[in-house]
Amino acid sequence: MRLYVSEGNPQCLKVLAAYELSGAQCEVEVVSHEECIVPFLGHSKLPALLLDNGNFLFSSNVICRYYLTSGGDEASTAVDQWLEWETLDLQPVALHALRLAVLQDKKSEALESLQPSLSYIERSLQKTGKTFLTSDEPSAADVVLWGTLYPLLAEPILLTAVDFKALTAWFQRVGSFPACKKASDGTFKGHGLQSLKSYLQRQPTNSTQATRATTNDPTVDDGDERLLTDEEIQAAVQAWSKGLAACPKPRQIVHPILPQQGERNVLITSALPYVNNVPHLGNIIGCVLSADVFARFCRLRNWNTLFVCGTDEYGTATETKAMEEGLTPQEICDKYNAIHSQIYRWFGTSFDYFGRTTTEKQTEIAQDIFWRLLKRGFLLEDTVEQLHCQRCAKFLADRFVEGICPFCSYPEARGDQCDKCGKLINAVELKNPQCKVCKETPAVRTSKHLFLDLPKLEGRLEEWLETTLEKGNWTPNARFITRSWIRDGLKPRCITRDLKWGTPVPLEEFANKVFYVWFDAPIGYLSITANYTDQWEKWWKNPDKVQLYNFMAKDNVPFHSVVFPCSLLGAEDNYTLVNHLIATEYLNYEDGKFSKSRGVGVFGDMAKDTGIPADIWRFYLLFIRPEGQDSAFCWSDLLLKNNSELLNNLGNFVNRAGMFVSKFFEGRVPTMELNQEDQRLLALTTWELRQYLQLLEKVRIRDALRCILNISRHGNQYIQLNEPWKRLKGSDTDRSRAATVTGVAINMACLLSVMLQPYMPTVSATIQEQLQAPPLCNVLTEEFVCVLPAGHKIGTISPLFQKLEVEQVEALRQRFGGQKPDKAAEKQEATTTTTILQDVQELAKAVAQQGDKVRQLKALGTEKAVVNSEVARLLELKKALQEAQGKPPVQKEKKK
Amino acid sequence: MRTPLSYSTALALMWRIFNGLRSSGFPLYFGTRLSSAPFTKCSLRGPEQVHSFRTSSRDTFSFKMAEASLKELVSLEKYLGLKKTNKYSTQGERKVPVLQTKDGQNIVGLVTIACHLVKAAKQEQLLGRTREESAVVQQWLEYRIVQLGAPGAKEEGRSTLRDLNGYLEDKVYFGGDFLSLADILMYYGLHSYMVDLTVQDREKFVNVSRWFSHIQQLPNVQQHLPRVHIMKNRIYTNVH
Repeated sequence: MRLYVSEGNPQCLKVLAAYELSGAQCEVEVVSHEECIVPFLGHSKLPALLLDNGNFLFSSNVICRYYLTSGGDEASTAVDQWLEWETLDLQPVALHALRLAVLQDKKSEALESLQPSLSYIERSLQKTGKTFLTSDEPSAADVVLWGTLYPLLAEPILLTAVDFKALTAWFQRVGSFPACKKASDGTFKGHGLQSLKSYLQRQPTNSTQATRATTNDPTVDDGDERLLTDEEIQAAVQAWSKGLAACPKPRQIVHPILPQQGERNVLITSALPYVNNVPHLGNIIGCVLSADVFARFCRLRNWNTLFVCGTDEYGTATETKAMEEGLTPQEICDKYNAIHSQIYRWFGTSFDYFGRTTTEKQTEIAQDIFWRLLKRGFLLEDTVEQLHCQRCAKFLADRFVEGICPFCSYPEARGDQCDKCGKLINAVELKNPQCKVCKETPAVRTSKHLFLDLPKLEGRLEEWLETTLEKGNWTPNARFITRSWIRDGLKPRCITRDLKWGTPVPLEEFANKVFYVWFDAPIGYLSITANYTDQWEKWWKNPDKVQLYNFMAKDNVPFHSVVFPCSLLGAEDNYTLVNHLIATEYLNYEDGKFSKSRGVGVFGDMAKDTGIPADIWRFYLLFIRPEGQDSAFCWSDLLLKNNSELLNNLGNFVNRAGMFVSKFFEGRVPTMELNQEDQRLLALTTWELRQYLQLLEKVRIRDALRCILNISRHGNQYIQLNEPWKRLKGSDTDRSRAATVTGVAINMACLLSVMLQPYMPTVSATIQEQLQAPPLCNVLTEEFVCVLPAGHKIGTISPLFQKLEVEQVEALRQRFGGQKPDKAAEKQEATTTTTILQDVQELAKAVAQQGDKVRQLKALGTEKAVVNSEVARLLELKKALQEAQGKPPVQKEKKK
Repeated sequence: MRTPLSYSTALALMWRIFNGLRSSGFPLYFGTRLSSAPFTKCSLRGPEQVHSFRTSSRDTFSFKMAEASLKELVSLEKYLGLKKTNKYSTQGERKVPVLQTKDGQNIVGLVTIACHLVKAAKQEQLLGRTREESAVVQQWLEYRIVQLGAPGAKEEGRSTLRDLNGYLEDKVYFGGDFLSLADILMYYGLHSYMVDLTVQDREKFVNVSRWFSHIQQLPNVQQHLPRVHIMKNRIYTNVH
């Protein structure tokens, strides 16, 4: 059982009180307000309780009720009734009242709005004459109502203003329980109502439920007015006038970057991409791009940052690929390493070093860790039955064996799985097994292997995890996957393989064996750093001074959170272990998965050929980053985001601000005299900036991007409202107003260029060049400072983004679409061999299917553009069919 | 980790759905029993005025809600096999349903009344068999009235459906593997959403549709609501 609460959340008060009162034992974790703990909810909902059966409770009343109805006795109807009343009537009123009291300092109004509810409680208490709401014993109802009212009634001023005797007595009675005292002290920490401020500011004003658009939907929030206090506005104005000179200077980067005493030392790794294939967009957003944004952000924050990555090159898959392409494994690695680094360079990733795992250092460090584990007794030896091919003189990896399926007698079952029946197979159980390479019948032989004794290391692992999970920034999925791995019990894991292409095991009896890729690959982070600098140990054996961030897709989590930490803990060499584990969910392509074999999806090397600039790709991929839930790459959505968010919002704002300066003020920033509206805008921008910093610090990359777009949206509104182009022709005051608006806008554009840098480095540089912004402005602080003072000369302004046209994108969609499989076919594909559309029959079927689809679309009155594109596909298919039926040399019709 | 429905469960489900479709592919409109049920005005604590069901003004949102929730309670009674002895009215601005019991007590609130009815029918298993199960049932009952009952809830319908679709991905019922009161009230609550959805959206929220289709096949649940037709085959396989 685990209870999630957030600080200064009034809903958490009653839950904590109920928890204390029940005497239950469970872990309590404090998370931020935005944290999405409940996996199926598209927005954050706190408090939340994870039950032992894996279910979540996500509303405070239900959690209280759960804590306080122990041992099977159901809550009475009276309790039910109070809870329902509290949920639907009291909560919205109380939230509104809190808002009035905390954000607008209207305490008497707040209390007034509460009156009807309070008198309802008063009368009920008088009528029953009981000590508590439902009986003479306290129940969930008492704790829940007390918790909701506490923030409003606890301050003495408020309480005396209320003339409700029975209510006051009841309120104090409940409040005097030690459990309630403890909960309220913990929630308010002596700061009173102000501690609720940040929570309340995040709540939408018009409705009582917090809901937010998820996945790819356009942002809808923030149309409402943010409530700003006078102090906030004053502080923003002061910061603004400070000028660039008073700001910290950007850090000079000198290689090799090493941890510095007394500084924030950030080590960032991105999961090592496997070398046997070209990465697709999902791979790119999952690790490399996400890590890059964070690394760039850290540098802008002036933190001492090292960002390393490289290709993971050892293993069976490389050997297979080498055989396919008729090259040696080393040649394959060289080839793909070059492809990978080229792709990442094109995407503008800012690795401090991009290495590879097939190096001397890898062998050295991996073997060192191995020896240390062996000496400390953390390795076990065991024998495994495996197929051995005599002619090839080697043990066969599962995918190198074929035979008859022991379940369904399918003749071409692979060593790990049967394509026909889909059952998992143990290679030695295959009937008539054959070596895939030489067709020889392999023999079953036993082979000795080494296992990492995870059960023996479990204690240390859990101890480390407990503190790390508490302090560190782990995405919910990373926490969840890690916990479920440990909950299911750790078993010894094999760390050796009968292969040639790998780091050799340095024991004589294990000659011809290498380390299994999951023991070996994470060591790549260390060896790659070692290839970057001889002083790599300053990063990797320095847990007190270094904060390590690992970026990856969720399938890699257990190896980074359980297996690799166990290796390092067992090696007992003061290694730096991961502090923050950032895992993404999966990115789908349109409605399906990326598939190299079916040619579905955009792969790293093709992105360049689309003619769409790298920064647009970066923007869109980060905008739909699968943060918290799976998302999908979708061409029409890319078009929409480019044209609406980039072109019409961001690009439009920066361009307008620049054009006003160059057209109306001869390219010099005009003098600014801030009035109240401008000051408010400064405060608003500062608020968004801080939000952005907070979110990025928690590696909420996708959410932080929204803050940038919000600022430019505010900017656009500001220009639209003040119409500087009209005022220029007006009176003196009008002209000075136009000058101020232009000056503020151009400075906002400059701030945006800095904030944008982690996401779109090239666009950021272009803006700064156009504005002739001083390079010294490239530091992010919590303040919005005027860096382009009056008189500053800007450069030539030109549009930043290009419109994407429907036809252009549709053509790309067609090109990368592959054959869209329907769900049934996809399932089949998983179990049977890959079907390739290649003969007339199948083409005919495809034509028929497409025809049906077009008819259906038409019947449903779908948009014309959609129908037309489907019709176009139908015609194409028909043409292909005719060609295939025709006599001339039948071209093998592959999927487009 | 979430695991999708096992193959056999899914198969069993499909079979049920198939049978259901075969036997009754037409919409059913049940007349409401409310029109014949006697209503008495009753005095209540509180400043709120008490309205009997039939005297309320007909054009307001809350009226419609009240009508819907009273019909819902009557349908639930029928499902539970209770004798018709209950009197309902509504109270307050929000037209909260009120049940007057035989001993003259008032029970207020949709979920509270529904739980009371379940207990009266001695079908406590519908509230969950263990403490954990019961908490989960209560969670979804609350969700029903907060998320599906509030004014403006429809505008947020898509995100609600998206959440529910995620939740139901690996579940047969809201409680997991057992039918509960949460399924019945969620069914009544979601009905108008499902009616409004296009065929394409019903496919998009496939898990909600599967669950919905399953619940409406259950004997005696459907009652006052017309059947929502849910296609067995996907037709929008490559539309995003």
